[in-house]
Amino acid sequence: MTAVAPAGSPVTGSPLPRSRRIGWSWLGLVPFLAYLALFLLLPTVLAVVTGFQDGTGAFTWDNLTALVDPVITETFWNSTWVSLLTAAIGAIVGSLVCFALLGLPETGVIRAAVDAASGVLAQFGGVMLAFVMVATLGTQGVITRLIAGALGIDIFADGAWIYGLPGLIPAYIIFQVPLMVLTFMPALAALRPQWAEAHMTLGGTRAGFWAHVGFPVLAPSFLASFLLLFTNAFSSYATAAALASQGSSIVPLQIRTALTSETVLGRENLAGSLALGMILVVAAAMVVYNLVQRRASRWQA
Amino acid sequence: MTRSPLAPSRATRWTIGILVGAVFAVPFAATLLFTLTAADGSLTLDRWTALFDPARAAAYVPVWAGLVNSLVLAVVTVAIVLVVLAPTMVLVALRYPALRRVFEFFALLPITIPAIVLVVGLAPIYLAIGRTFGTGTWSLAFAYGIVVLPFAYRSIQASIDAVDLRTLAEAARTLGASWPAVLIRVIAPNLRQGLLAASLMTVAVVLGEFTIASLLNRQVLQTGLVLVNKQDAWASAIFTLLALAFAFVLLLIIGRAGRVGAGRKTS
Repeated sequence: MTAVAPAGSPVTGSPLPRSRRIGWSWLGLVPFLAYLALFLLLPTVLAVVTGFQDGTGAFTWDNLTALVDPVITETFWNSTWVSLLTAAIGAIVGSLVCFALLGLPETGVIRAAVDAASGVLAQFGGVMLAFVMVATLGTQGVITRLIAGALGIDIFADGAWIYGLPGLIPAYIIFQVPLMVLTFMPALAALRPQWAEAHMTLGGTRAGFWAHVGFPVLAPSFLASFLLLFTNAFSSYATAAALASQGSSIVPLQIRTALTSETVLGRENLAGSLALGMILVVAAAMVVYNLVQRRASRWQA
Repeated sequence: MTRSPLAPSRATRWTIGILVGAVFAVPFAATLLFTLTAADGSLTLDRWTALFDPARAAAYVPVWAGLVNSLVLAVVTVAIVLVVLAPTMVLVALRYPALRRVFEFFALLPITIPAIVLVVGLAPIYLAIGRTFGTGTWSLAFAYGIVVLPFAYRSIQASIDAVDLRTLAEAARTLGASWPAVLIRVIAPNLRQGLLAASLMTVAVVLGEFTIASLLNRQVLQTGLVLVNKQDAWASAIFTLLALAFAFVLLLIIGRAGRVGAGRKTS
């Protein structure tokens, strides 16, 4: 989008006479900074530090060694593959939806409804998506009974997987696809129609445009959105907690177990080292995200 | 507007729309059907009317009590956004533009730190808060202010970028307005779209929050739903449909507010 300067204002930042004195205005920053320090930075530091403490508060490496315990590595692996799989499905289906929306007026009914619905499912769902899943595919769910009645197939013949790890996949897809629509749409909308026109004028085809211009330009944005979807699924807790009231198949549920019971695997303060492990995974994904995003923004000026 | 050469053909558009739309409609249609089906399989409205049956009211107390708590939390969190975050952002825009990048980094940081990780560190802090201020639910708003920070920051910053705050502030100051008057009567009205969007987004996020409330043992709407769900899966399904519909309307309003602003800017 080209920047349109509001009528009557200078296009460039107005060179205002900046007061030289320091003054007291910096005091205005204090409340917010104190708030950030107390409720964002302190909890994060505390979460990580408790991972290095034993029950009495003394320093220990013991909790950290839990991260290589087979039980814990398995939950990390479960979290990782479920997140990767749902992020991949979400990214592909979501970008198809974005493509279908391309060219529709942003003020139209369809765009407004899709944007609002995506926002609800991507950011608001949580626990409620688990209830929707149970009502649909639970042991007494509408679709479960429909399949059993019409086809005579019991989809839970091998156990009620919907309440376990596999059940997270359909539940997560319900919020991953909308998140992809929200994050990828701006990148797709920034593709210039002029590029397609130029390509066509020079004798290219529509398929050729996508193969040689569209996909390469969009690839960094697609990858960035995929990483965002991955971290979103990896850190998601509410849906899994409501779907699986017991068990700790993924890392956030393992943290719940560690927080609500005194000792896990014979260790206290395991929640802290699990939190550290999660921060490391998410931080790694976000570092790559920032690198990719920088490359993506080149085409979105 | 001429048709963009990038736009898909009508057939492609409809095929994708109908396929994905159908897949996403199924769970919600199924949930609605679930709430309308009696034990013997016939259709009934009993489950919906039961919500307002005084005889069964006791069973739904967790949801209503949780809803009241969540609304109080929403009000306090919106207050944090409007009274603490927004003035600081204006101050940074007017006086400390060099700090903008750093400020943005911290404002978007909560996206990177999962709520479940935050809870591990918040638990000891809330233990201390509980000792001094009591264990009232409202204090959870401090944690929620952090959760909504990235959403609120983006909405308000978009508004700040769209108006020339410096010129407005200078003009008002030259005409003799005090700084509080500038902030409340000149700047705030010009940022109203961003402030409105940030507030509505905050309400939506607070009403949907579960992780922090549940692990700090506070009763909010979502924890109430989980509690009711254990005895009465139909009631929680009905509340879910109502809450999702409410959030959908809220986000439609945000979208409209944003577009009104966009239209005004280009006209």
